Amino acid sequence: MKSIEELKAIRDKALKEMSIRDNEDKIRIVVGMATCGIAAGAKKVMNAFIEEIEKRKINNVSVSMTGCIGVCRLEPVAEIIEANGEKTTYVELDAEKVRRIVAEHLVNQKPVTEFTVGAAER
Amino acid sequence: MVYRSHVLICNGTGCTASKAPDLMDRLEKELKANGIENEVKIVKTGCFGLCEKGPILVIYPEGATYCHVTVDDVEKIVSEHLVKGRIVKDLLLGDAEAEDITKSLDNVDFFSRQHRIALRNCGVINPEVIDEYIAKDGYQALAKVLTEMTPQEVIDLLKASNLRGRGGAGFPTGLKWQFAAKEVNEQKYVCCNADEGDPGAFMDRSILEGDPHSLIEAMTIAGYAIGANQGYVYVRAEYPIAVNRLNIALEQAREYGLLGKNIFGTDFSFDIGLRLGAGAFVCGEETALMTSIEGKRGEPRTRPPFPAVKGLFGKPTILNNVETYANIPPIILNGSEWFNSIGTEKSKGTKVFAIGGKINNTGLVEIPMGTTLREVVYDIGGGIPNNKKFKAAQTGGPSGGCIPFEHIDTPIDYDNLINIGSMMGSGGLIVMDEDNCMVDIAKFFLEFTVDESCGKCPPCRIGTKRMYEILDRITKGKGEEGDIEKLETLAESIRQASLCGLGQTAPNPVLSTLRYFRDEYEAHVKEHRCPAGVCKAMVKYTIIADKCKGCSLCARKCPVNAISGEIKNPYVIDQEKCIKCGVCMDSCKFAAIEKK
Repeated sequence: MKSIEELKAIRDKALKEMSIRDNEDKIRIVVGMATCGIAAGAKKVMNAFIEEIEKRKINNVSVSMTGCIGVCRLEPVAEIIEANGEKTTYVELDAEKVRRIVAEHLVNQKPVTEFTVGAAER
Repeated sequence: MVYRSHVLICNGTGCTASKAPDLMDRLEKELKANGIENEVKIVKTGCFGLCEKGPILVIYPEGATYCHVTVDDVEKIVSEHLVKGRIVKDLLLGDAEAEDITKSLDNVDFFSRQHRIALRNCGVINPEVIDEYIAKDGYQALAKVLTEMTPQEVIDLLKASNLRGRGGAGFPTGLKWQFAAKEVNEQKYVCCNADEGDPGAFMDRSILEGDPHSLIEAMTIAGYAIGANQGYVYVRAEYPIAVNRLNIALEQAREYGLLGKNIFGTDFSFDIGLRLGAGAFVCGEETALMTSIEGKRGEPRTRPPFPAVKGLFGKPTILNNVETYANIPPIILNGSEWFNSIGTEKSKGTKVFAIGGKINNTGLVEIPMGTTLREVVYDIGGGIPNNKKFKAAQTGGPSGGCIPFEHIDTPIDYDNLINIGSMMGSGGLIVMDEDNCMVDIAKFFLEFTVDESCGKCPPCRIGTKRMYEILDRITKGKGEEGDIEKLETLAESIRQASLCGLGQTAPNPVLSTLRYFRDEYEAHVKEHRCPAGVCKAMVKYTIIADKCKGCSLCARKCPVNAISGEIKNPYVIDQEKCIKCGVCMDSCKFAAIEKK
């Protein structure tokens, strides 16, 4: 170790890897990973969320799984829960849609209404 | 590699003993079997402090805390939680079950009342990965000290923080460093006392196992402050996990250049060596410890000269304990005002206590100075099992004393504990209920010091042995008039005449129990009666003929065949044969056996 900069670089890198362990003031993405979800491709959706978030270096978001939400016909389903508890439910997802959701909802804070449960049910 | 989930498994001593390593193996297998080994990261951590509920396993990002996890539970946790995302509620910690959201560890009463400084990283990071320590601001304090501060500024900051030694006596740490810094000598040493020997205390062990880098960082800071280039950690050989993790940590620190030559490009160089103790309690005494590092028999010597003047190999040396060192990096980073804002007027910061004995949440807690014993026992410790009554708490191990119920609301700090006849000690806190006999407790601690006395000075070697003999007689129902007075005279002489702290404090358990529970001693000596029913020689089990149904259960359970009789008629215990084990009383369904 020859400089403080070196130490800081290690710190930032490790901190990012560990950020999953602080669950304060975070936006949570919950992917339905019950049998129905997995069969419909929820695993790819989940991995797409993780990859996109990593690629865009967003660190106030955690991705976790949940069971069946009950709308199996609309799987894969994912919900984005803001720090204030507000929820957006996205349905019939795939990796491509996830990339748009991350870009528009998480980065620009504009929910993608056309993918939400409200739009699908219309 | 980005993981969607981190599984933290406690690998402290307690959880390791309750098979945490087997859990890890099984978890690895299950993750592979489900094809998610690249999505879930297993992180081995130090002690969470909640040893009572171990083995502990925490899954993030949900923060779900599972307790008492068995190898057989792993399959369910993986298939339910990690694959399907359904939290396994019946394995969750405490009352989390009742709520539909996961309780984060920080919200559980046991943790929310604590203030973790020394234990800040225990159970949070993987102690075998230096990067995780660095992520939690590790080595930032060292960087700050080496690049922005002079040695004297470091000492001044420490003095202003009012940090006092956590090993027991509570000597101001900054002052100790100042004495060593003032000495002019080419060679000085920084030592760490990790020879934790008090029965029931394991906070230093947990820090070594859960956060070894904080010790390395603090010792390096100490080296810079006093002008030393070599450190030694004197650690118990009975702590294999701690020794192993310290070795790993030292290796990693050297690899990163955080130990060795020209740290952070400055001309400061420092390295640390490990020395394993040989299992003698007296080696926790500073002069004995240094004699032992030198390769000689661990015996204390007279002071002065103090170690700061003439210590290890005759050179100026500072010696602090593990918990004291663990406090130093946060003090450097956050400043002395921050540290002064925690605690009481004369005792700043926090103290770690290992709570054990008759308490629900056996484990390790770090509380701000000034917290009352009642809060520790009832709010954090979860109270006493079976709704028994609190009788006393023993602090400070064999050198300390007991705190009776009348002082349960005393704020805990160095001075208050001394005033009520106990001491902070290294932080063992053993809770006793109405079933504990105070004479027996005093005898237990004295037996320990008799065993551990190094034998160099007669007051300790002979005096404690004589005291033990008197106590032994008293607990066997053979106490004589005048025994209590003899104990007091002996105690006073031993305290004044012993060479080192071991002997000087050895009579404390007797003196403090005498102070608060003299009536129990008197009952033993004058009436040959043990009020708590612990001292077997004075206990008698008898069958109440009116209540006995003659079922013969007790006779069949008795290990020495001391009970006889005829079916459907009252049975009788042969007092000659009875070994007073109490099995008959536990097995009787009609409460027909009484103990007096």
